[in-house]
Amino acid sequence: MDFDVIIVGAGPGGYVAAIRASQLGLKTAIVEREALGGVCLNWGCIPTKALLKSGEVFEQLHNLADYGLAADKPRFDFAKVVERSRKVAGQLNSGVGFLMRKHKIEVIEGTARLEKGTPAPKVVISQKRGGERTLQAKHVILATGARARTLPQIGLEPDGDRVWSYREAMVPKAAPKSLIVIGSGAIGIEFASFYRALGAEVMVVEALSRILPVEDEEVSTAARKAFERRGLKFRIGATVKKLTKSKTGVAVEIETGGKTETLEAERAIVAVGIVGNVEDLGLEALGVKIEKTHVITDAHGATAVPGLYAIGDVAGPPWLAHKASHEGVHCVEHLAGQPAKNLNAPIPGCTYANPQIASVGLTEAAAKAAGRMVKVGRFAFRANGKAIASGETEGFVKTLFDAETGALVGAHMIGAEVTEMIQGYALAMTLEATEAELHATVFPHPTMSEAMHESALDAYGLVLHA
Amino acid sequence: MTDILMPALSPTMEEGTLAKWLVKKGDTVAAGDVIAEIETDKATMEVEAVDEGVVEEILVEAGTEGVKVNAPIARLSGGTETKAPEPKPAEKAEPEAPAKAEARSDAPAKAEPAAPKSAPTRTKDGEHIFASPLARRIAEQKGLDLSAITGSGPHGRIIERDVKDAKPGAKPATTAAAAPAERRGETRPVQSLQQMGIPEGSYELIPLDGMRKTVARRMTDSFRDVPHFPLTIDLEIDRLLEARGRINKMLEKDGVKVSVNDIILKACAVALKRVPEANASYSPEGIALHHHADIAMAVAVEGGLITPIIRKCETKGLAQIAQETNDLAERARTRKLKPEEFQGGTFSVSNLGMFGIKSFASIINEPQGAILSVGAGTKQPVVRGDQLSIATVMSVTMTCDHRVVDGATGARWLEAFKALIEEPLAMMV
Repeated sequence: MDFDVIIVGAGPGGYVAAIRASQLGLKTAIVEREALGGVCLNWGCIPTKALLKSGEVFEQLHNLADYGLAADKPRFDFAKVVERSRKVAGQLNSGVGFLMRKHKIEVIEGTARLEKGTPAPKVVISQKRGGERTLQAKHVILATGARARTLPQIGLEPDGDRVWSYREAMVPKAAPKSLIVIGSGAIGIEFASFYRALGAEVMVVEALSRILPVEDEEVSTAARKAFERRGLKFRIGATVKKLTKSKTGVAVEIETGGKTETLEAERAIVAVGIVGNVEDLGLEALGVKIEKTHVITDAHGATAVPGLYAIGDVAGPPWLAHKASHEGVHCVEHLAGQPAKNLNAPIPGCTYANPQIASVGLTEAAAKAAGRMVKVGRFAFRANGKAIASGETEGFVKTLFDAETGALVGAHMIGAEVTEMIQGYALAMTLEATEAELHATVFPHPTMSEAMHESALDAYGLVLHA
Repeated sequence: MTDILMPALSPTMEEGTLAKWLVKKGDTVAAGDVIAEIETDKATMEVEAVDEGVVEEILVEAGTEGVKVNAPIARLSGGTETKAPEPKPAEKAEPEAPAKAEARSDAPAKAEPAAPKSAPTRTKDGEHIFASPLARRIAEQKGLDLSAITGSGPHGRIIERDVKDAKPGAKPATTAAAAPAERRGETRPVQSLQQMGIPEGSYELIPLDGMRKTVARRMTDSFRDVPHFPLTIDLEIDRLLEARGRINKMLEKDGVKVSVNDIILKACAVALKRVPEANASYSPEGIALHHHADIAMAVAVEGGLITPIIRKCETKGLAQIAQETNDLAERARTRKLKPEEFQGGTFSVSNLGMFGIKSFASIINEPQGAILSVGAGTKQPVVRGDQLSIATVMSVTMTCDHRVVDGATGARWLEAFKALIEEPLAMMV
């Protein structure tokens, strides 16, 4: 037996699982074909936050007069904006390398595939430095992640030049003057928000009836209005028929309610979803169940194949780094024989556009669809002192409580810094707080978080400042 | 047609046991007639009809447990509305703290839309049970006893899933054995009888009713958590017996008979006034010295015991005490006591003398500071000076909560008590 645990994929699911395994005294190896930290750290969460910060600061420069300030002719150096983003990613990437060394986790650079073995499948690695290595462990955890979905038959396929996935969109040589973003999930909206902040004409195309379709409908509506105020344009309920490339840019033919229209722009970003990285791993031969590009697992991440587990994006939505990390820790603790800590942990979701969007738990529609009677509270930031003082009065906080038990079942926020606040509600849900505890909690004044208190009060007709 | 609904006997009650029907199908009832008895873990309450009519149908059979408040339990003909019968006004014994401060303000309270039920953030008897707020609320709504539930959350915390599917009176989840033992040691892992070598089928299992569970929990908590010690003393009761004979002769025309126990209750009360340190309760905030001697007397009832209280016993004459004890004991046996008649009390007396028990040490009835266990009075040889003579001697044992009643305090109280028992006239002084 070479290892107790081998983890395939060193993204936020895999490398966190590896650290936890090491903490539990398991001899651990991690296989990565590209860069430690995975998409999240190198091509996703982190570098986009660096870009978005540049965009947000730049956007603020245009609003300086509101604060009694002035600056002449704000401008940006796009190459430096991208360079900063890459430096941030690089710094964190080497940070993960340090963590692996610190926890004595063997990092194997290469591409893994699985073969039959006992008690777990064998891991065969074709190494970057050459040669193959076959390893046997007691447990194998698949954490291979996911990638952007493409639809080549209608031209929705990144070419690295005029048509981008998130990956190319993060490192272009120049900011486009005009851009079509296909898909209005978190990824599409964040890039749309960033490039709009830098002055691009941006059109977002969404097939469903509203943007950010996983969010609560009220938040979707408010978000669209807020983005439109910033000059973003939307085509909602629009099906992309065909994307064609010209010498100067792209043309996207869409159909909205029977009407066809052709949109043109310099560049297009394809953000139409995610597919799991399940190929070339030998999963079919092992008999691993795969549905819609995702590995089927039980609540602990176990697949139908003894000794084989899957966590994170490859094991299905929501495709979020923190969900992957949570599953990784849970899976490792489970295979180490520890009792489950929190199988049903509510998973917050964040979109780092301007304004930000954050949510946890059920939307109002989902709660009602599940047959739950809910009490709904709302509080707008325009009635919040800190928001007014900061000049950030956009947005609101919406809370949902089970009408019978008072359990907090969902929270939905849009506004400045709401991504930093949502964990308050996540904590409340994890601790199984009811409205009584949220009402009884003291929120510091003046903060935007007071709106969280007021929203919970409002659900029970006790709102103080509205 | 009127549906009679399951009444709430207290603001927090969500369900109860329909103990007994006092009417049957076809009976004519008038408003105010007692039609049924409802049982909670503490008491049986009478349900009165609020309408007149003929009982058309009994919808919930006697003996049904877990009947939800406001569920229809019977149907009357006549009348047109659905009404919940008013429970008797006794039910204010456990007032819930107002959920919100404004409910107490002098300003006319505006009707708040669907005010939330106040969450049970405290537990009965002040014991601390680790449970999530949501679990507490669901338990309260379903009438679950959290102390009977094993938590599956971090450090044995009781969380939603532990109570969501639990039924009142259900056995703790089977995960009990696997639960972390560190849960404050308050429930030791319970082994099944089979695990302890008693085969299934070799016994009859009597389900735990509300009273048995309450007795089990309160006695376990008290015996484990209260640092207690016994003090025993012998009393000569010949003068008391003689006084009792004369008193009863006096009261004969009133049809009142004073028992030895009644005199003991009175003597306890007077002694508590003379040694007020013994009339005390421990609380984290400090020692409560009670203004009055509210003496609880243990009454054995079918399936358990209950301790009705003679309030301000020091102010009452023996005739009144005798009448009250008779009435309380009778109603205790028929489970007709109101909560305020058995909740509270500052001192308890338990008497097993009639069974010939010589002496015993009772378990303290929290939050009282002491309990007196009374043995049988028997004729015994006693030494007076250097002479042997015969006296009726009775042993009493005072169990003290050492946090409030130290050995010397207990001894002083027993000294005062002994003086009153051995010379009942002293109670007059």
